Amino acid sequence: MDFVTFLIQVLNGVQYGFTLFLVASGLTLIFGIMGIINLAHGAFYMIGAYICFWLFGITDSLLVAIMAGIPIMFVFGYAIERLAISVLYKRDHLYQVLMTYGLILILNEMQKILWGSDFYSVPIPEVLSGSIPMGNQEYPVYRLFVSLVCMVVAAGMYVVIGKTKLGMMIRAGASNREMVQALGINISRVFAVVFSLGAALAGFSGMIDAPLSSVYPGMGNYILIISFVVIVIGGIGSVKGAFVGAMLVGLADTFGKVLVPEFSSMVIYALMALVLLWRPQGLFGRVT
Amino acid sequence: MTPSRPLLIFLLLALAALAAFPLVGEEFYQGLVTRLMIMGIFAMSLDLLIGFTGLVSFGHAAFFGLSGYLLAILTPEYGPVSIWIALPLCLAGTALAALVIGWFSVRTSGIYFIMITLAFAQMFYYYFNENQDLGGSDGIFIFFKPSVTIGDFQLLDLSNHNTFYYFVLASLVLSYVLLSKILKAPFGQVIRGIQANEARTLALGFNTRKYKLVSFVIAGTLAGFAGFLEASHGGIMSPAHLGWHESGIVMMVVILGGMGTLYGPVLGAFAMGFLQDYFQELWSDHWLLLMGVFVIAVVLFLPNGIAGLVAQLRRGKGGDAP
Repeated sequence: MDFVTFLIQVLNGVQYGFTLFLVASGLTLIFGIMGIINLAHGAFYMIGAYICFWLFGITDSLLVAIMAGIPIMFVFGYAIERLAISVLYKRDHLYQVLMTYGLILILNEMQKILWGSDFYSVPIPEVLSGSIPMGNQEYPVYRLFVSLVCMVVAAGMYVVIGKTKLGMMIRAGASNREMVQALGINISRVFAVVFSLGAALAGFSGMIDAPLSSVYPGMGNYILIISFVVIVIGGIGSVKGAFVGAMLVGLADTFGKVLVPEFSSMVIYALMALVLLWRPQGLFGRVT
Repeated sequence: MTPSRPLLIFLLLALAALAAFPLVGEEFYQGLVTRLMIMGIFAMSLDLLIGFTGLVSFGHAAFFGLSGYLLAILTPEYGPVSIWIALPLCLAGTALAALVIGWFSVRTSGIYFIMITLAFAQMFYYYFNENQDLGGSDGIFIFFKPSVTIGDFQLLDLSNHNTFYYFVLASLVLSYVLLSKILKAPFGQVIRGIQANEARTLALGFNTRKYKLVSFVIAGTLAGFAGFLEASHGGIMSPAHLGWHESGIVMMVVILGGMGTLYGPVLGAFAMGFLQDYFQELWSDHWLLLMGVFVIAVVLFLPNGIAGLVAQLRRGKGGDAP
């Protein structure tokens, strides 16, 4: 592998990692703070992509579609939290799995009723449709743009979680839920906000990914499973862990496809197994 | 695990009904009942984990499907494979897979365990889905049911519908008896102790991790047996058989029937099977939507399943507490 190919693969891996991070960070916060295993999180990614496709059809602008799509996802997540998830807080993980599994079935069928089973594509905006020459190869600008935007979002999350009052509540909630409640913070509102933010992040990931991956039924399933791997590697509840895990998985998957194509689908699971051998609680997980 | 008298009578009646069914039922329904009995075995094996060991495995279909694929690989193109070769190899293959996956998984618990079992199962799914030699996403056909012969003498002709039906029925009864023996044995007491309070069981000097692993391997192997039957019965194995939808369905079957009882999952398999049929008739294009609503309804209103409902009704009538 020459240097340029290597560089391109690194860029691809990082970009994939960022996309994963947006989905996995919400998922890991929902686990860590609310104690909820949310299988429907992948469906949020899919819904985001479909909403982007739908709004793009109306507005003919990816930027407007995404700007309008994010609040829709936030409200949608809020509704799901109030209607379905909030009854699960005191229930066993088993029932959380089943309930959110039922939600997936419903959301997937709703998607089929609304948009059918066809594959759709969302075009890359013209400003970003070019390529940057790299040695004898080229790299699409849009992929760089996605990485850049995700980096900004990740930095924004870092600030929100590390420096704001909401972030303080989120961090406190993740380490000791009862204590936060005892201190007079309305934890159920924090839960609702975290869940809605998670849904919005996953949806945003689906929207910004739509021009790259096309929009199709069941696109959320794969991303959900990979996000699980990311979280297991990074450690449940840790946003930092989700970031490191997402980058590791993104790079391992990308390089796996190039170096060992026949086993590419197994590389990340092997990585997960290795991390588990070394640290069963994940890289940044706390021992419970 | 000794069933109460009314329950015993009910189980014997159900068994008699199943045994008599081929005499009256149409061939289509006989095929359906065969499939549901196989599902019953599969669900019972998962119940050993969910209902008795306290391990919520969300990747149980991996063993079901893996065994089916092994049978497909072992069956030659122009004739049947001997069951004496195929069955031990399928079971050994699944047991080995369960041992490896279990070894990693039982080191964790709770949400981690759910996610890891799911992730490993999906690893198998993507492997078979992408392997074009094994039919890729379309799956692979098994044209011949395994032969059961001793020397030149044909012991059973599994390609006969009735013989296969009774073979599966016998397997169901055998699995039930085997699992209840396991649960009655000291081993069973320990794993139920783990479910009730792992820390305490550990403090009593039991290596709980090892017990969980053994339970995982037994459950995986039994799921492999169900997969072996399913592949013989349906004549096709596809990646969908080991995907997470299958794992979700079988988990649903266990909950619907009532976890922590061995007969519950079998009841659940039948209830779910007929329900699926009904939903498909009701709204063939989007029946999964109805299924999703039903799953949520069960979580909300019937968390202990049918078996739990029956127990509750009996308690309400002043019957004995379970």
